[in-house]
Amino acid sequence: MRQTNRLADGGRIDRSKPLTFSFNGRQYTGYEGDTLSSALIANGVSVIGRSFKYGRPRGIVAAGADEPNAIVQLGATEATQVPNVRATQQPLFDGLVSQPTSGWPSLKFDLLGFSGQLFGRALPPGFYYKTFMFPQAAWKFYEKHIRKAAGLGRSPTEPDVDEYDHLNQHTDVLVVGAGPAGLSAALTAARSGAQVILADEQADMGGSLLSSRSRINGVEASQWAADTLQELAGMDNVLLLPNATVNGYHDHNFLTIHERRTDHLGDRAPEHQTRQRMHRVRADWVVLATGAHERPLVYANNDLPGCMLASAVSTYIRRYAVIPGHSLVAMTTNDAGYQAAFDWQDAGRKVVALVDTRQAPTGDCVEEARRRGIRLLTGHAVIEAKGSTRVSAARVAPLSEDGQHLTGPAEKLACDTIASSGGWSPAVHLSCHTGGRPVWNDDVIGFVPGDTLQRQSIAGAIAGTFDLAGCLEQGAQQGAEAARQAGYEAKPASLPTVEEPDTGNAMALFCIPHERRISRAPKQFVDFQNDVTAAAIELATREGFESIEHVKRYTALGFGTDQGKLGNINGMAIAAKSMNKTIAETGTTIFRPNYTPVTFGAIAGRHCDALFDPERHTAMHDWHVRHGALFENVGQWKRPWYYPKPGETMQQSLDRECLATRNGVGILDASTLGKIDIQGKDAREFIGRVYTNAWAKLAVGKCRYGLMCGEDGMVFDDGVTSCLGENHFLMTTTTGGAAHVLEWLELYHQTEWPELEVYMNTVTDHWATMTIAGPDSRKLLAELTDDIDLDKDSFKFMDWRQGTVAGVPARVFRISFTGELSYEINVPAHYGLHVWEALFEKGERHNLTPYGTETMHILRAEKGFIIAGQDTDGSMHPYDLGLDWAVKEDKPYSFIGKRGMKREDCLRQDRKQLVGLKTKDPSIVLPEGAQAVDDPKQPVPMTMLGHVTSSYYSANLGRSIAMGVIRGGHQRSGDTVYYPLSDGRVVEAEITSTLFLDPKGERQNV
Amino acid sequence: MSELQTDTRVSIMNQMPEADVTARSALHFSQAATQPVFGPGQAQVFLWEDALRGQLVIRGDASNTDFAKGISSALDLALPGQLASSVSDAMALLWIAPDEWLLLCDLEQAFAIETRLRDALTGHYAVINVSGGQTQIRLAGSAAARVLQKSMPYAVSDTHFPVGKVATTALSKTQATVRRIDSTDWELTVRRSFADYAWRWLTDASREYGLHLGQPEHDET
Amino acid sequence: MFRIYCPYCGELREEEEFHPKGPAHLARPLDPDNCTDEQWGDFLYFRDNPRGLHNELWVHALGCRKFFNVTRDTQTYLIKGSYRLGESPDQARTSGDQA
Repeated sequence: MRQTNRLADGGRIDRSKPLTFSFNGRQYTGYEGDTLSSALIANGVSVIGRSFKYGRPRGIVAAGADEPNAIVQLGATEATQVPNVRATQQPLFDGLVSQPTSGWPSLKFDLLGFSGQLFGRALPPGFYYKTFMFPQAAWKFYEKHIRKAAGLGRSPTEPDVDEYDHLNQHTDVLVVGAGPAGLSAALTAARSGAQVILADEQADMGGSLLSSRSRINGVEASQWAADTLQELAGMDNVLLLPNATVNGYHDHNFLTIHERRTDHLGDRAPEHQTRQRMHRVRADWVVLATGAHERPLVYANNDLPGCMLASAVSTYIRRYAVIPGHSLVAMTTNDAGYQAAFDWQDAGRKVVALVDTRQAPTGDCVEEARRRGIRLLTGHAVIEAKGSTRVSAARVAPLSEDGQHLTGPAEKLACDTIASSGGWSPAVHLSCHTGGRPVWNDDVIGFVPGDTLQRQSIAGAIAGTFDLAGCLEQGAQQGAEAARQAGYEAKPASLPTVEEPDTGNAMALFCIPHERRISRAPKQFVDFQNDVTAAAIELATREGFESIEHVKRYTALGFGTDQGKLGNINGMAIAAKSMNKTIAETGTTIFRPNYTPVTFGAIAGRHCDALFDPERHTAMHDWHVRHGALFENVGQWKRPWYYPKPGETMQQSLDRECLATRNGVGILDASTLGKIDIQGKDAREFIGRVYTNAWAKLAVGKCRYGLMCGEDGMVFDDGVTSCLGENHFLMTTTTGGAAHVLEWLELYHQTEWPELEVYMNTVTDHWATMTIAGPDSRKLLAELTDDIDLDKDSFKFMDWRQGTVAGVPARVFRISFTGELSYEINVPAHYGLHVWEALFEKGERHNLTPYGTETMHILRAEKGFIIAGQDTDGSMHPYDLGLDWAVKEDKPYSFIGKRGMKREDCLRQDRKQLVGLKTKDPSIVLPEGAQAVDDPKQPVPMTMLGHVTSSYYSANLGRSIAMGVIRGGHQRSGDTVYYPLSDGRVVEAEITSTLFLDPKGERQNV
Repeated sequence: MSELQTDTRVSIMNQMPEADVTARSALHFSQAATQPVFGPGQAQVFLWEDALRGQLVIRGDASNTDFAKGISSALDLALPGQLASSVSDAMALLWIAPDEWLLLCDLEQAFAIETRLRDALTGHYAVINVSGGQTQIRLAGSAAARVLQKSMPYAVSDTHFPVGKVATTALSKTQATVRRIDSTDWELTVRRSFADYAWRWLTDASREYGLHLGQPEHDET
Repeated sequence: MFRIYCPYCGELREEEEFHPKGPAHLARPLDPDNCTDEQWGDFLYFRDNPRGLHNELWVHALGCRKFFNVTRDTQTYLIKGSYRLGESPDQARTSGDQA
């Protein structure tokens, strides 16, 4: 492939380093230093995609983040697919593989183009608005097809092979943008000694300096940029981040920078390198030097490939040494547009005409155009582009002085490229992220950032300063101010001397009139990505949308991945004009993060796969893994769920574990239960206030079950608390509730009762806890301890003892969540595995069986013990749960929850109350969550009585058991209720006691 | 032991087992499972577990001079103020909160020290043995601070985090008490149940700098 | 992402170290048993939602575990400062508690 549009010399590319790449299945070559878009232009590729709504061919318009059309899908393999990459911002590398993302099914022959603008008619302005308002089913249908056709790219179907990470940064000064203002600001701030981060989205720092024709201190602007960067790079207090887009500006000067570290090197990141990094920056002061985006002018068929921004034409020629066409018509409202024509001419190609909308422009540029012999048409505009898949001519007509009417017939000028410049829109995006509202400035002919509450200032083109000397000066001023704000002494910088052309006044013009009125003229595009035309915006205002935010939503203006960088201001201007208002009056929409699309990889960083969320492990975790446990996530803990033996179904495992425990002895790793050490002379009083039951008389050596309620009287946690000493208690909580309970206790201690002398600390992780349960548990424990008297009359149910188990100091609690004789052995976690294995050594002859959380759930359900969070849902008080015995109403202090559960609504008799449920067919296990009804034949919507909270098959009982809530259930024992299931079955169940097994509680008292 | 129990209102317990009991630190299995060295070239990060240290949480009122005096007489260490630490050959005392400190000592000495503390302290205070409940991960080397920068939002620059400072903060999605022992030597106290996660996170974050599992001295010999 | 001053640690810390705990100065009625349902309901559920400065209770959950109050502008999200329990909002500050 020949690079037909590559210039023989110039540019910042390395002609000695050719790179091959592919686009749309074809191989091309470019050079190191190219972007994908400059390389495509070099190879004469002008159609990059098809438009979303109308299926029109589209080409490269811009040279940076504002590009709306050249959006590609990148990736040589499935695992390295990246959608929505702007070709203008993708550095070229050898072997780059890219595909167009718009224009399914093919660029050349696609459904939309062929079917005569099918969607164009189907998708009038207001389409989104209307579809969102109408039945959702319709949206589902549209969405499927629109997504496919709209060129939104596709996500990879294989996991990303590259690494991404985050880096936290703290800096005195963050300068966003390394153009003239940013470089000047960074240099001034850095020379004061302040820590400076300078970030720029481009691989090559320097911004407009890299393609400028001006000179600084007697050298080319790009040379000044290189010298400045070299000085900055040599300073310890400066971090230069190229390829790094500041994509979000959040509260309190927290900014995120999306750095693409290896995207320019290849399809995959080199080994041991992170592909992208999200810098999470706290900056004491921020200088926004984000520059400005050139505004294209809106004219008929302005979306034809070959219609480009004037500055982009210059950038391609000067920076990349590629030229997008052979013959140029350049249209401009300002002097900046002249450079494109000069660069074009200097590259040796034909400038057909320079069309200036101003009647009598003056200044150096105008003089130079005349001197160069370029045909200069003043008081004219390009009203329409002609061509099918590429510009073939421009229709040029004379304009009235205000630019609102044509004053004569159009002339057709043959050309293949039309460059336009409507002036510059300050890149205010980041200034909006924290709520700043841009304000219109007539001198700038653009919106500039409004007042900010952040510790932030602006410099350069973002502030409406478009001349180079002004940018350098403002940068230096704001850099010095930033350093001062951060506490450094900044010396006044000596400003460089700048040679740049004198410029005349620009003209405020956005939409070029046509011979026909807007609604009848060929399409005049405002937003290329969403195919929003001037006519659509006018229609929206005619339909009564007056707020610019509504116009935006109605037309989808600025809704694309480019966020309307190119088209928004033109859109605002057209809306304002059609409402006979000024732009200042209509205002602008604001921008939100992210400035440009961010990969999910950069957002996730290393928080993925095994590091997605912490996995908490007990001291016996390794044993569980080695013994084939399947795990259940409980909070962040990995808890053994059950321990299947080869060939067992889950139910068979559970049956085996349940029977072994009830008939012999089982063992559970209970280390995950929350444990809070409470010391202090007021510990007992404190506990009495946070639990619903009585604690005044609990003796040292005794344990008690406690219920914890919120101030609303609803149960939120429960557990056993033991009296370790007169001023010392050990509280246990549910596994998932541990952190919340401790914070809750601290809240009350610190805010309500600071006078109580009590200290609370978590000891959850310090103790490894193993529960041995079953009739043989005492025999087993006796083999491992000789200093604890296990006699049933001295070490009773709800007692605890200190002693030695398997050679390890232990606290043993005789408490039970299974209703069996049971001991909870607590040893320091270092020795947990030692004791656990010692239990198995001695337990072999007792057939000691490990059981997991599922068996624990079944065994406790057989006894009707609740699990807070499963059988409760924040709307149940102790009475609802039948736990009247756990509420001591006559305690002297009005404990937390007491008043709440006395509210009128809490006293109703028809509240949902926890009951036992036995299905008529003992083999059917009710699904948890199933809703009960009295009359299964009642038409929908049926009167629902409550839901099943816990449901299992009990091997010990040889039948299914369930617990659930039923309205007024405590008075309905023996009644039958029905559970209509989603599969059509109706399950009949009897309301019973929740005590399914051993109702007198004899088994735990042996 | 009962004659040593100076405070019968709380349950204190010598938690040292008999000699033949195997103690396993929080990272016993993670360390064994991790490849010893990886990453490019020379290791810039050294990571190891300072395993099985004695750890006592001490609660009390810093403004109570008796409390501060009691601490220094029992430990021969000054009670450190906000975000600070006091260090001797055998011990380190870390500020955790205005009324909370963490004492790191030899595991074998923990009970004797707890007893000494209880003898020396009066009034409202608490001592809690948490030796099994947390562990110390050590992170050293020229890129250690960089690894921390990847892992926590807290600034680790020399000015913000000088040697001797202690900060309890977020470490990735868990929590750590971070102490700067030396310019390139950091100690991270993490809860036992989160230690595997923290270890996995730190090894992963270190990889690009070259990671050696173990102390720097071992590498040189 | 706020930056919040912990008056107990004497430092500005990142928001992820803290948990918000609702409005500040929300006192539990002294005699709950003699509150009417309406009074108790007000205490439980009814909260001011001012536009502008608002005093909030936060806890340094991943740090020193201490509760304190923050004066924050609900409109701008700017934080005026923090103050300890027992202090008044006019003592809100962002430095000065260094030991």
